[in-house]
Amino acid sequence: MLKMTHLSKVYRTEVVETYALRDFNINVNEGEFVAVTGPSGSGKTTFLTIAGLLETFTGGQYHLDGVEVSNLNDNERSRIRNEKIGFIFQAFNLIPDLNVFDNVEVPLRYRGMKAAERKERIMNALERVGLASRAKHYPAELSGGQQQRVAIARALAGSPRLLLADEPTGNLDTQMARGVMELLEEIHREGATIVMVTHDPELAARAQRNVHIIDGQVVDLAEDPRFHHAVHAARGNAPA
Amino acid sequence: MSGMFVHNLRLGTASLRRNVLLTALMIMSIGFGVAASMVTFAVFRAVSGDPIPHKSSQLFVPLIDNRGPQYNRHGEPPSALNYVDAVALMRAHKAERQTMIYPVALSVMPDDPQRMPFKAPGYATYGDFFSMFDVPFQYGSGWGSAEDEAREPVIVISRALNQKLYGGNNSVGRRVILDDRQYRIVGVTDNWDPKPRFFDTFSGNAYADPAQIYLPFSYAIAQHIDTRGNNNCGSDGKRGDTWETWLHGECVWISPWVELSSVAQVQAYRQFLDGYAREQREAGRFNWAPNNRLRNVREWLDYQRAVPQESRISMTLAFGFLVICLVNTIGLLLAKFMRRAPEIGVRRALGASRGDIYRQFLAEAAMVGLAGGALGLLLTTIGMFGLDLVFEPQIARLAHLDASLVLLTLLVAITATVIAAFYPTWRAAQVQPAWQLKSN
Repeated sequence: MLKMTHLSKVYRTEVVETYALRDFNINVNEGEFVAVTGPSGSGKTTFLTIAGLLETFTGGQYHLDGVEVSNLNDNERSRIRNEKIGFIFQAFNLIPDLNVFDNVEVPLRYRGMKAAERKERIMNALERVGLASRAKHYPAELSGGQQQRVAIARALAGSPRLLLADEPTGNLDTQMARGVMELLEEIHREGATIVMVTHDPELAARAQRNVHIIDGQVVDLAEDPRFHHAVHAARGNAPA
Repeated sequence: MSGMFVHNLRLGTASLRRNVLLTALMIMSIGFGVAASMVTFAVFRAVSGDPIPHKSSQLFVPLIDNRGPQYNRHGEPPSALNYVDAVALMRAHKAERQTMIYPVALSVMPDDPQRMPFKAPGYATYGDFFSMFDVPFQYGSGWGSAEDEAREPVIVISRALNQKLYGGNNSVGRRVILDDRQYRIVGVTDNWDPKPRFFDTFSGNAYADPAQIYLPFSYAIAQHIDTRGNNNCGSDGKRGDTWETWLHGECVWISPWVELSSVAQVQAYRQFLDGYAREQREAGRFNWAPNNRLRNVREWLDYQRAVPQESRISMTLAFGFLVICLVNTIGLLLAKFMRRAPEIGVRRALGASRGDIYRQFLAEAAMVGLAGGALGLLLTTIGMFGLDLVFEPQIARLAHLDASLVLLTLLVAITATVIAAFYPTWRAAQVQPAWQLKSN
């Protein structure tokens, strides 16, 4: 589903080159739920923005759903984002002037979908996250957890092949975070491929697989003993 | 596609409602800029149009230098003829049609003794005048060359004068008394008042009230009917004490017009003018080389600067003001659009291409333009009533708001706003979704 090979991302200024990702390799299979973890500044978000075609990369290869994406133009990248990828952001990123229905509709509009089909998909997605009754509400009228559920509905409405989540519970209290996480697990059980970036070992423990990043490279989780222990503690077992 | 356009208009409306003050500033900026431009353009359009477009390239003003280089400004001959040259050109009859014109104003004596006499402005001219200038007639027609030669007291009156004297009934054949002379009415013109009045710029009547009477030149001269227009005798010239000395002097006061419908005729007429000037030199009247001019209507109006200078200046200033308003709008749109960078980032992440962002924001700008155009129309209408404050009344009353100006106002407002929006929209479309999302 998602395969990065020897991928690098370099930020260059006149005096310094900074490697955000270096010889980065990852392979996510269809239907997997992968947690990408690592300390702050390790390159997690850079990985996610490249995976979501929001940013280009400097070297290496990236195949998304079998397509090599490095040579795609802006329009092609936009179309793939729209049709194949669903985003869930830490800050929800709902558009404050649009109500819940219209927020969920945004990606469907760019797909040129007919109104009847849009409406059906939107209502299905909202029912799935338990917010069908709030369709006419504005984001400011919802709790943080509800806003994130709307964001998930927006990501799901387009039936994406890949769901990318960036610290999806980072701005939520424990109870709301649990609810959102349960929703993601449910979506995964229904067959979705999910890549979730988090620095929370408890969330990481609930994914099928952990990919740990330090200094822009994928490393063995054991190289970060404290996080390693925390993940295993969350799973209720000791590290091997 | 149209669904997305309507959707973009909806988004634009919502966005404009969100910040009413900023939106109002932009609309006012466009509205005032467009209104100032349109009001001054309306005046410019009224005074700079071709007054006789279908014939303006066939009607010419022949001018002869009867004073010599020491009296000419920039080498140009006088802008009218004296009587001697005017009669000579008429007698030569070298053009298809020709006429001489000078303004007169006669007192009309109504048939009803209860009514007071009143002045009627008009022209002494030749019968060709009416066919040369395609004067429309309500009743009758102009007079012919026979009446010119016989110095007949015939007259053509305007529709307005006919209405005033005869209630609009056919008055052809009736007698009318002007300045104690009796005239036979041969024609009543329909509404006709070309602007600028190209055939009488010499006397400064380009925008004067419409003429009410036309009488034969030959009869007017025979009756010593004086000109009501300019009489230019040069810097040290004198009119003379008697009618005859004035007629045979070098004062210029007659506007000459000829109709020449082919290049060959124009060429031939130039040669005729030069030949005439040479003859005058040989006769001892001129002691300088021929210095004649032959200008068609457009060339003549340009030379006479029939478009008032204040109209050009005010239009230039108004369009400059519009540019300033647009620069202001660029700044306001830029501030408005860039404040929405997070939204743009989200839209890009969800699949909007740069083109989608362009279209969304240009639609919003077009709505500002439309609203600015509507305000501009309102202000243009108000501005039309205030033209008297800037222009001479006879100029100000020419300008009017018609369907074409309404459409032009809206078109200018929307086009100008969309052009002004190009840079802010381009900046908006360049927003990098990754950075916007990371910064959240």
